[in-house]
Amino acid sequence: MTPLHIDTELYKLKKSLQEMWALVDKQLSKSQSALFDYDKALAREVLSREKLVDAYELKVDAECENFIALNNPVAIDLRLALAYIKINNNLERIGDFAEGIANFVHQGMSEKIPEDLLKELRLEEMFQEVIKMFVYAKEAIDTEDSSLAEKVFGIDFLVDNINSSSFKIIAKAIVDNPKKAEEYLYLLTAIRKLERIGDRCSNIAEEIVFYLDAKVLKHNDSQKTKK
Amino acid sequence: MYNIETKNLDFYYGDFHALKDISMTIEKNEVTAFIGPSGCGKSTYLRLFNRMNDLIPNTKMTGEITIGGKDIYSKNILVDQLRKEVGMVFQKPNPFPKTIFENIAYGLRVNGEKDKAFIEATVEDALKGAALWTEVKDKLKKSAFELSGGQQQRLCIARALAVKPNVILMDEPCSALDPISTLKVEELIHELKEKYTIVIVTHNMQQAARVSDKTAFFYLGELIEYGPTAKIFTNPDKEATQNYITGRFG
Repeated sequence: MTPLHIDTELYKLKKSLQEMWALVDKQLSKSQSALFDYDKALAREVLSREKLVDAYELKVDAECENFIALNNPVAIDLRLALAYIKINNNLERIGDFAEGIANFVHQGMSEKIPEDLLKELRLEEMFQEVIKMFVYAKEAIDTEDSSLAEKVFGIDFLVDNINSSSFKIIAKAIVDNPKKAEEYLYLLTAIRKLERIGDRCSNIAEEIVFYLDAKVLKHNDSQKTKK
Repeated sequence: MYNIETKNLDFYYGDFHALKDISMTIEKNEVTAFIGPSGCGKSTYLRLFNRMNDLIPNTKMTGEITIGGKDIYSKNILVDQLRKEVGMVFQKPNPFPKTIFENIAYGLRVNGEKDKAFIEATVEDALKGAALWTEVKDKLKKSAFELSGGQQQRLCIARALAVKPNVILMDEPCSALDPISTLKVEELIHELKEKYTIVIVTHNMQQAARVSDKTAFFYLGELIEYGPTAKIFTNPDKEATQNYITGRFG
């Protein structure tokens, strides 16, 4: 059977969001490698591709707007379009944070982060968990399985915990090595950006649950902790 | 203004079971939209509210419909009186071949009203109620056929309002109208619900979404889902409803 016109349009929207997702995914993983490998060239690559992420955000937004205007979607189709607009915006912000981390590598770092500090901050674990959130959210939307989206919320608590303990660790590192104060403060802002990426992944997961199950989890932490 | 209550309603055209065990309450001061594919029974159901189906031979109804607590199929109901209380607007505008004024005054005269001043005041009120007064006040003596399709439809609504109904039934009232006239009728529906209970049958789902407070989805003679329009059009409970409103069947 020939697919309905609206299904063809939905397919195009899904494809565009997947492309945006893939773009941000690359930005995120490259900023991760740049940070831990102290790779300034890779960091520059992330910085140079940021404009592409912005352009893609506008493209997906325009497509969602056209989809709503031309197809008058209702029910699950409407929820998809509304969720896509917000997911798209959150992806763009994740792209911005990845750019921020790359910028720290490019401008703020003078050497690799010392191994003992890295371990104490649990920074590699934090980054891996954030990437895991990003991947779960992507799998949830690809497979239309909201239980995968709900896994994201649990990881966000862990990321928040790691983030909140980083302040004291950085403060101590500055006291121990005052010459590095500026660099470590810069590192703290990069950690904060990573935490914000986790929050954005949670926002995306909320939108996926809204799209698939018509449940609003936004500003409702009790609902999320039940998951 | 009255609620319309239906309990365990079945309706047959000969052997054909057109409506199956319908029970629902239509609230006063609300616009209720009936949606569903052709042949689902929505117009049949609407026409039961002012006993229009009485005129069709070989039909049978069981169950109960009450309007304002009165069983409208009880033997002591006067059908003419019922139709005064339950006005109807049809798919195509059907003004009488008379002047604009007489189209409205006719119902009053048929009901024995002779007071000229009262008739004039009622005509003006009805035309204002149907948001038509400013467009026709200077040409009340002109033929109703000189009006545009949209104006004719609002004239028909004014005609229904003149006899002070409690309920207004609308069977695809905008299907023959252009978008601007449709918008005017829809605006009018929003205003009228302050004073009347309104039931509208429409094939235009966007229209149902725009004008109604509650929506009932019918399929193959059954009431599949009935609830707040915002819920039906964002997150319906039944898969069949979702498939229909998203255009995936029907």
